[in-house]
Amino acid sequence: MDMKLNVQSSPHVRDSISTRLIMLDVIIAMVPAYVWGVLKFGVHAAIVVIVAIIAAILSETLYNMVMRRPNTVDDLSCVVTGMILGLNMPPEVPLFVPIVGSVFAIIIVKMIFGGLGQNFMNPALAGRCFCLISFAGFMNNFTSTLSVDVYSSATPLMLLKSGVEFNVLDTIFGNTPGTIGEISGVCLLIGALYLAVKKVIDLRIPLLYIATFAICIAILSGRATDVNFIVAHIFSGGLIFGAFFMATDYATSPITPFGKVIYGVLLGVLTSIFRLYGKSGESVSYMILMGNLLVPLIESITMPVAFGKEGK
Amino acid sequence: MYTFRHGVHPDEKKELAKDKPIKVVKAGKTLVYPLQQHIGAKAKPVVKVGDQVLVGQIIGEADGMISANVLSSVSGRVTAIEERLVVGGQKVESIIVENDEKYDAIEGFGVERELNDMSKDDIIKAVKDAGIVGLGGASFPTHVKLTPKDPEKIDYVLVNGAECEPYLTSDYRLMLEETEMLIKGLRAILKVFPNAKGIICVEDNKKDAYDKITNSCVGIDNVTTALMKTKYPQGGERQLIYAVTGRKINVSKLPADAGVVVDNVDTVVSVGYAVCKSIPLLRRIMTLSGDAYNETANLNVRFGISYKEVIEAAGGFKADPEKMISGGPMMGLPVFSLDMPVSRNSSALLAFAKDPLSNMKETNCINCGRCVKACPINLVPTMMYKAAKSGDFEKYIKLNGPECITCGSCSYVCPAKKPLTPYFSYMKFAVRGYLNSKKEKEAKK
Repeated sequence: MDMKLNVQSSPHVRDSISTRLIMLDVIIAMVPAYVWGVLKFGVHAAIVVIVAIIAAILSETLYNMVMRRPNTVDDLSCVVTGMILGLNMPPEVPLFVPIVGSVFAIIIVKMIFGGLGQNFMNPALAGRCFCLISFAGFMNNFTSTLSVDVYSSATPLMLLKSGVEFNVLDTIFGNTPGTIGEISGVCLLIGALYLAVKKVIDLRIPLLYIATFAICIAILSGRATDVNFIVAHIFSGGLIFGAFFMATDYATSPITPFGKVIYGVLLGVLTSIFRLYGKSGESVSYMILMGNLLVPLIESITMPVAFGKEGK
Repeated sequence: MYTFRHGVHPDEKKELAKDKPIKVVKAGKTLVYPLQQHIGAKAKPVVKVGDQVLVGQIIGEADGMISANVLSSVSGRVTAIEERLVVGGQKVESIIVENDEKYDAIEGFGVERELNDMSKDDIIKAVKDAGIVGLGGASFPTHVKLTPKDPEKIDYVLVNGAECEPYLTSDYRLMLEETEMLIKGLRAILKVFPNAKGIICVEDNKKDAYDKITNSCVGIDNVTTALMKTKYPQGGERQLIYAVTGRKINVSKLPADAGVVVDNVDTVVSVGYAVCKSIPLLRRIMTLSGDAYNETANLNVRFGISYKEVIEAAGGFKADPEKMISGGPMMGLPVFSLDMPVSRNSSALLAFAKDPLSNMKETNCINCGRCVKACPINLVPTMMYKAAKSGDFEKYIKLNGPECITCGSCSYVCPAKKPLTPYFSYMKFAVRGYLNSKKEKEAKK
């Protein structure tokens, strides 16, 4: 017999899922928000996101070349990072900002720590916060010269903080100023639903995050009966984007089932406190980063009990 | 419907062979009987080169507490006793018999016996003499299972008809074609355990077999059936016990500690034949499936026939296979040569023209947690993998790694295609060695 047979250890069949397909799903899920942002803010917004993605791809390629490692861009995770970062930029931002953000996110936060899955902070978020600190002026300028129906340059979050009344429906559907991808709650929820149906994300983290956040806001602000106020808080300041697309990042959220519960609740509490009492409006980004740092601790106290080992 | 937590749903692929009735394969000229076809001590050869042997004759005798007899499945002459390659890749001392094609059997072979006339000890002796071992894959000697410390304490005898591995249909065919013998075998086992209730457990993708058995059980007061949700690894011993009885056992316990005895369908049918018809375990039912075969089949194969002869009898290959598996695709062993005998753990022989894993690309772990959701033992496979890879035994033990049943569910769902299960299979042995050497070191102090 001269047949040549492949020999591997079991199992001999695998699910068709792959890292690349997961990343592709995340990209698809962000397309509605991207399209809405481009429709609202125009061509420059479209270019900002594309530039962020290209910068991310080039940074990863370059890093791998310098370090003489096989290129890893085909797992598409750098595209996801670039896209999240781009969608979190103000629409009129100069193009060097997303480039700097992407380079920082990929090289410093992701690749230096060992690449995909090894980073302890969400790269896109860290990149965004880096830009927020370094280029505060550009990052907080939401004046749009192109949009026609946006009635002021203040984001809903700014209005909330200054106590000005505004139309809540506009925040839900995205007729407001803001970063390119965060403004339309509806578009983001469509994407989130897609991810949930494809079982890419576990809904425990985002749902508990938003629910805890809403409850805390209601209690802490003393305006528990003001539904408009609470809904406005939920749909502003990038909370929907953060909850579904950033807090669910696999590498920087707990892997244990109960850990996910704690993490979601913790983010909700932290974000609401920071949102109400903090000076900066950026509670979502900073609090998710803070949550990232607590993940190893949360995991270590929530290890699941093995089957048949209960009560021992 | 009964089930367990977590688990996976691989493509069933049972439609390929489920409608093929069991066909008997004719034995060839030379038969090979490895003396180790079971868990436990190797059997001791009791024949010499040149001896004439009969069908059903014991040629290797159980040696020690946990061991099983090896029987000749044909009549003929012993031509050699030498080491032969078996599926696991080891070389095992084997008895080689040249078939005289007369099929002369030992005295008393095939004599009908009435279950009511047999005592508990008669049944255990019949099972032991017949060389019956668990035919679900682990090959644990069945007579040992029938003699726990306290038989009175056993209150469930579960017949494992889950057949949760993809492609496999041999148990399904048996449940349909040998329903009566299955129930007879179960009643024989129940005679050993006076306080036990027998439950035949079937997954709901084999509803017709379940219905047939349920109808045949009507009027037998200590035998019932249980329909289980189709999910892998529903046929795992711990998962099956939990699903049907709600009891949980871990690696340090035997089913008997939870008052349960679990036996596979083919095992119970074999007990039925051994006890009621005096026909010892000489054959097993095998599924031949996969896209490389001309014809898929469910076969009744005498032990000792080579894989090559089995494949020829079934109609051969239509394409050269790139991958062959002995057993199911989730836990089976890779086959690297067809010059090996069918033995007690050869539940299937799968052949694929293309290896589904050949273009698989490993990437970094992204911590997605799919393995955690898949693990039927509630472990965190990715952390175990990292501990195993870095040789951190203490961490691995702390993560409950030794509880792993190597069912393959974590590897199956892993999007990064990490070799999780292979590492855990290796760690099963490595941890034992580590603990032994640790004990030695401590003893020296």
